[in-house]
Amino acid sequence: MTVKNEQEAEKSEEWEPKIIAFLCNWCSYAGADLAGVSRIQYPPNIRIVRVPCSGRVNPYFIVKSLTDGWDGVVVSGCHPGDCHYLTGNLVARRRFAILKELLEFFGIEPGRVNFMWASAAEGERFAVLIRKATKIVKELGPNKKFEKKW
Amino acid sequence: MGIEIKNQEIENQMRELARNLLNEKKVDVIIGYAKGTVPLSSAPIMITNEEDIDKLIWNNLCYINLAKYLVPRIPQLIDPEGNNLKVGIVSKGCVGRALIHLAVEKQINLDDIKIIGIPCNGIINRKKVEKEIDEKEILEVSASGNDIVVKGKDFEQKFPFDEYINELCKVCKVKSPPTDASISEACVGECQEISNLEDDFADLAEFEAKSSKEKWDYIKDLLKTCTRCYACREACPMCYCNLCFVDQNKPIWFGKTTELSDIIVFHLIRAMHLAGRCVACGACSSVCPMGIDLNLITRKLEKMVKERFDFTSGIDSETLPPMMSFNMDDEQEFMLEED
Repeated sequence: MTVKNEQEAEKSEEWEPKIIAFLCNWCSYAGADLAGVSRIQYPPNIRIVRVPCSGRVNPYFIVKSLTDGWDGVVVSGCHPGDCHYLTGNLVARRRFAILKELLEFFGIEPGRVNFMWASAAEGERFAVLIRKATKIVKELGPNKKFEKKW
Repeated sequence: MGIEIKNQEIENQMRELARNLLNEKKVDVIIGYAKGTVPLSSAPIMITNEEDIDKLIWNNLCYINLAKYLVPRIPQLIDPEGNNLKVGIVSKGCVGRALIHLAVEKQINLDDIKIIGIPCNGIINRKKVEKEIDEKEILEVSASGNDIVVKGKDFEQKFPFDEYINELCKVCKVKSPPTDASISEACVGECQEISNLEDDFADLAEFEAKSSKEKWDYIKDLLKTCTRCYACREACPMCYCNLCFVDQNKPIWFGKTTELSDIIVFHLIRAMHLAGRCVACGACSSVCPMGIDLNLITRKLEKMVKERFDFTSGIDSETLPPMMSFNMDDEQEFMLEED
């Protein structure tokens, strides 16, 4: 798609957000897989990156995704207490809490960054939450605030 | 009582303590404040001889956080045989907090350090004063009564002290270094025991009530003049990483330009790294050559960790800072849930 077409698409009704999703290998990635094999529909807006644990998700990943022009970011991991590495998601949760509040404080719409828990058995829940996240980001519109221009 | 008398009292008391420490060989070197090379500034000084003690000063321009001179990035203070020198450090409240937090992070050993506690009475907001006098050349700054008197070639202006101190100093509750039973041996001079620090963060309420767009416009306006000189990082006692994320070039996480997105990202991630660690000394704002006042972000960091994790950095030498620990029962209201 040319640049012009892209700009036109952003203005039109049909604009679809692009969302990057960091899924933990042990729960959420398997959950996404289950949603797939169970033929549960979820929006094709997400592009999945598999990470070993939600604790692997450095705030750099999230902020860099936003500056690189992704419209939204989703980070999903195991439910607290179910982490494959025992406490990885608990460490991550504190980090996410601070990051989300800080983003909001800086005036970046907090809805662009979404955190969720989804286990390997929760294909349905995964699909529902991704639908919800996509809806939130779609309402916010394209991410133009601090996208890097050059 | 005017501030000049108070400053003089603090100064005399501080010199006396420093002299005693040096004489009794309890410390080998004293780190303190000395007269700056230009008015409206101060400089750090390291003193090993008793004759030099009179170079130590205290006034309301001692904005540097001296704990910076003990962190690992600075070459260590060692004698010719390679043993650690014992250090006495002139500490206002926030220097004391920084020392305790650095000890909690196992970066310094308080056994080798004597905290010379002094009751700080606020640091002048240099940028605010400079702005008021149109950045004309200042020849002399002094204090009289409750005013700061700034003299130049053909002008003399008075500023009310209470208004022209740093925003952080206005809400500061830790004037002299905190101490508790486990570190009381390291403290000389005026130190205070703080058990429960209450703060309502009323100064943040106005900003936080703004809409997302207003906040963004404000932050954009505040930071857009940043030249990425990293003076804030260099002055910060908590920024001691050997390789800062902005200097890292494999991978290059964030650009090094002064484009708005890069500036915002730098300040955002810097704030992220200081969550639960920032001791609210305001050194970053004081040294900024562009006059960017980072106190809002600093206060927000304090508020977040206080409300979420009930933690105040640099008060308590035993509790693990929130970003170094975790708890099964942390709040998670921000997580996405099914309706």
